[in-house]
Amino acid sequence: MAKLEKLENLNPKLFRRCDDRVISSEEQDENVCDEFDNREIFDLIRSINDPEHPLTLEELNVLEINNIHILKTFLKHVVFHVDNQNNEINVRFTPTIPHCSMATLIGLSIQVQLLRALPTRFKVSVQVTPGSHASESAVNKQLADKERVAAALENTYLLEVINQCLTLKQGA
Amino acid sequence: LSSNQGNMGRLELLQTLSGHQGRVWNVAWNPRGDILASCGEDKTIRLWTTEGTSGQGDSIVGNWVCRSTLVDAHQRTIRAVAWSPCGNRLASASFDATTAVWERRIQQSGGLIRGKEFECVATLEGHESEVKSVSWARSGRLLATCSRDRSVWIWEVENGEDEELEGEFECAAVLNSHSQDVKRVAWHPERDLLASASYDDTVRLYMEDQAHGEWSEIAVLSSHTSTVWGLSWEVQRGEKTEVGCRLATCGGDGSVKIWQEFGPNNTEGVAPGPNGYPTWKCICTLSGHHGGRPVYDVSWCPCTGYIATACGDDAIRIFGEAVGGDSIDFGTPSVELLATQRSAHLQDVNSVTWNPTVPGLKGALCSARMSSG
Repeated sequence: MAKLEKLENLNPKLFRRCDDRVISSEEQDENVCDEFDNREIFDLIRSINDPEHPLTLEELNVLEINNIHILKTFLKHVVFHVDNQNNEINVRFTPTIPHCSMATLIGLSIQVQLLRALPTRFKVSVQVTPGSHASESAVNKQLADKERVAAALENTYLLEVINQCLTLKQGA
Repeated sequence: LSSNQGNMGRLELLQTLSGHQGRVWNVAWNPRGDILASCGEDKTIRLWTTEGTSGQGDSIVGNWVCRSTLVDAHQRTIRAVAWSPCGNRLASASFDATTAVWERRIQQSGGLIRGKEFECVATLEGHESEVKSVSWARSGRLLATCSRDRSVWIWEVENGEDEELEGEFECAAVLNSHSQDVKRVAWHPERDLLASASYDDTVRLYMEDQAHGEWSEIAVLSSHTSTVWGLSWEVQRGEKTEVGCRLATCGGDGSVKIWQEFGPNNTEGVAPGPNGYPTWKCICTLSGHHGGRPVYDVSWCPCTGYIATACGDDAIRIFGEAVGGDSIDFGTPSVELLATQRSAHLQDVNSVTWNPTVPGLKGALCSARMSSG
């Protein structure tokens, strides 16, 4: 955990973790082409740790499964298009408090986790839930700027903090 | 590019160059158009030429190979590269907060000339964080850099273009007009006029006040609604326009805008700017073409006048000005989409640049393709 002088949110509201995903026999069959679904994306990021509390983003309700959308927009009337998927993943997260200074860091952690775990063809967009943060547009703009994200990930200290957030804890 | 056959042109892929590890951020043609420089995440610059040729023009069609790899000048990502107008120097801007200047020097060993290779001859320091872009003025005597630290620096090259450099760079100005990360700088094709584009959604222009020898901002171009990523001056002289009196910009709002300069006594009746400086007005906005994705680069072809864009939807698009369009309102151009190359790359297209000598040859397009470039 990053060492912090004082906690911003002293008493976060906790939420129960949802049950583990049931993996169907079809999903285990290597011969069946199986697209990413909401639940899989959720599982990739549910156990990211909060930068401030020894809790996961799910327990703090930073993420809700319904806010995660894998857009599967099929193009109509385009006969020559081979790949019908848009390869887009949009994630919206809700910071624990509207003035949370960790919002960008949490968003960055989600983004990094998805960039590492998913095939490179995906366009990952991470945003805060509309109305949930005082600096919503500033946070969203920063997270959408791939040049600044790339520069941030070359920052050794920041990368260490993100990696700590992304490290799965025992039992999580 | 075969253009205007029917209504839509077609882009043809000539070659794919691989070699970089990770994201390729930028590509640049030398002034003769026979060397292509590329740079990226792997902290290297690669120089590409056609196999076994040194000529001009027809050499473009040959097989492109990596001729040399420039390493060890930067500690972090190389974000941009730029050639000097004479083609003997190359500047590289890096996330490590420095800009390196490379010079083509004759290599000798045992009294034998082995060839001309690029050597790092100067490292420009001063920016507080990542350097995002670098550009040489037409004269080759000025260099501009910009950074995440919100500033634009102008450097004077102490000696002439033909002499060898000995680290002779002096900072002539630090311009702090932008309120955010500055993404791009580009000098005017003929004049010592500099444009910069920023995360603060604006483009700013700078000139040196001849009386005091001080650089200052002379215009703010506001109209984009998100980060301005790319800038390209019009190099070709139009029917009614001078060289470099128009500027194309592109940005995070998915649009391309064309700006025109209106001098003090313009016939259109546009009021001049403060201190008698020209006024710049947005005369055309191309929106709705880029699928809502950011447009990371724009390049205005010096030979054909076509405008190419590099987009976050993996596509390259070509726009052209309709000939004989009516130019009643401030010479408003009628610009149309001529060609779209979908899935030009497997990921975001980061940079697009026209070859400066061969009309219609699309310069290199580089993508964020991981591991293969």
